[in-house]
Amino acid sequence: MFDQLDQIFVTLKHLLMGYVPERWQPLVSAVISIALIPVIFPGLFSIVTILERKGLGRIQNRPGPNRVGIPFTKIRLAGFGQFIPDGVKMLTKEDIVPRAADKVVHFLAPVVMLIPVLLAYSVLPFGKNMTIADFDAGVLFFFAVGGAVEVSVFMAGWSSRNKYSLLGAMRAIAQMVSYEIPLILSAVTVIMIAGSLNLSEIIAKQNHYTAGIAHWYVFTPWGFVGFILFLIASLAESNRTPFDLPEAESEIIAGYFTEYSGFKFALFFLAEYLGMFAICTLGMTLFLGGWTAPFACLTWIPSWAWFFGKLLAFVFLFIWIRGTLPRLRMDQLMNFAWKFMLPMALINIVAAGVWHFMGADSLRWVYSGGILAVAYALLGRGLMNKQKLGKRTYRYAE
Amino acid sequence: MLGEQIIKGMAVTAKNFFGSYVSKERLTTVEYPEVRLEPKENTRQFPFLVFDGDDAEKGLRCVACQICEKECPPQCIYIVKSKDKKPDYKGQMQVYPVTFDIDISVCMSCSICVEVCPFESIKMDTEFELSTDDRFDGLLWGKKKLAKPNSHYHKVHAQDAKDSDAVLAAEKAKAEAKAKAAAEAKVKAEAEAKVKAEAEAKAKAAVAAAPAPTPPPATPPAN
Repeated sequence: MFDQLDQIFVTLKHLLMGYVPERWQPLVSAVISIALIPVIFPGLFSIVTILERKGLGRIQNRPGPNRVGIPFTKIRLAGFGQFIPDGVKMLTKEDIVPRAADKVVHFLAPVVMLIPVLLAYSVLPFGKNMTIADFDAGVLFFFAVGGAVEVSVFMAGWSSRNKYSLLGAMRAIAQMVSYEIPLILSAVTVIMIAGSLNLSEIIAKQNHYTAGIAHWYVFTPWGFVGFILFLIASLAESNRTPFDLPEAESEIIAGYFTEYSGFKFALFFLAEYLGMFAICTLGMTLFLGGWTAPFACLTWIPSWAWFFGKLLAFVFLFIWIRGTLPRLRMDQLMNFAWKFMLPMALINIVAAGVWHFMGADSLRWVYSGGILAVAYALLGRGLMNKQKLGKRTYRYAE
Repeated sequence: MLGEQIIKGMAVTAKNFFGSYVSKERLTTVEYPEVRLEPKENTRQFPFLVFDGDDAEKGLRCVACQICEKECPPQCIYIVKSKDKKPDYKGQMQVYPVTFDIDISVCMSCSICVEVCPFESIKMDTEFELSTDDRFDGLLWGKKKLAKPNSHYHKVHAQDAKDSDAVLAAEKAKAEAKAKAAAEAKVKAEAEAKVKAEAEAKAKAAVAAAPAPTPPPATPPAN
């Protein structure tokens, strides 16, 4: 029964396919699968925006939006209807294009941003047997497509002909290029151990249990470090606090989408959140076993429920970090990327290699973990040395 | 250790996040239209006119002296004096305002009108939900809208209302004492006049009857 519930969407699609002539089946099947993505994930986006506002509010000891429920009724739903008026507002706003802007590129930028993000979803597994395009170079495809986002960011910044936009775009490029390296290098360890670029296979490698606990890669020393590195790099890739320099509203208004309004702004916003979900899903798939359960006793819960549960937990973590950390400075950002993240990711690859070649020897925990702990301590000291934390002293004031 | 402070910070925000669901002291937001705070004693919003008794027309304390109109910095008060008079709280005949308008879109709530009013008749209200869809007549308040009973004043600013009642009572007592003294003096004067007139009349009669003896001089009774 639980198996049926697990596969309910797959069986539903098969049932639907029965009514379609055989000639059309591949096309219709593809359309159904693809059509669900721009429905489900923007829906999730709208709920996450309100969750984020409420979560940040609670972190700051205020209730957050709690007025709007179902329109034209008195039902409030604790504010969870907020996304409806927000959406209406976004779509009915005037679409302003600056006179000096490069109009074609200005128009294309949000579209170019959304398409690679949506494409990235094609390789992500949302549940057991629920991957749209399950092909062997999945991880590679994801990173390749994700790299196209940078182009659109620069298109937006350049075509607006606004100095704030350009500054934001340049920051974004610098940041995304810098953090793409540790992002990919931390994912490389998983590819090394799993021996596959296929995301479903990577999940299958993690989907077995010893003493009731799953073999997720995050439960190994290299996997844990890789996961943390991936998390930090994905925060930077999705332009979230503390790495939100490209759109730092207190410094450069809204960064590269300063000159966007109405629906185009909404598209940027949507693309940013969809990118965040996609990269969270990839992180989950690589390190947290994708849609698998952490404990053998919980495998009866459907895989898609695990998927969305983990995704929301991931998003909550992102909101939590946003509510905690202030924005980095540009030089701190670069220092952190090149002096800590990159060496740590490289050492992590070595640790993963040690882990792999020591086989079933339980000493591999000590060696692999030891390498990483020493590296962390040394690199951390290197970063901390220059910082004089404590009470701020002023040279001329007072 | 690198990252130690981040963990500490995350712990603080987590404490805030969960604490705001549990402890009432953390979540200090007052959800305004449904929940209201008690107005503070010192709240001052826009002026209103105080009247005594039940009839706004009869009991209005304002005597249209126009001091507030002249002192008002943004010139938002407009008063038209009456031609006739009506008795005020101490029974004295006074003019009253036929028109008393305050344009609250101009009023800056400085409360100078309250300070200069010698008749305790214009006071500050605590009403603040004054938004209207009519920006002309809706914000130009006439006498009818401005006039509020003394009981309202007691409700919004109890201490000030007591003080101003005391002032008025003292004035009234003073006026009454004066009136009483004046009345007594009048009565006395009348009595004297009467006595004098009688004496004169008597003297006249005596002269007429017997002109020889001179009448005694009519001295006023010393008292």
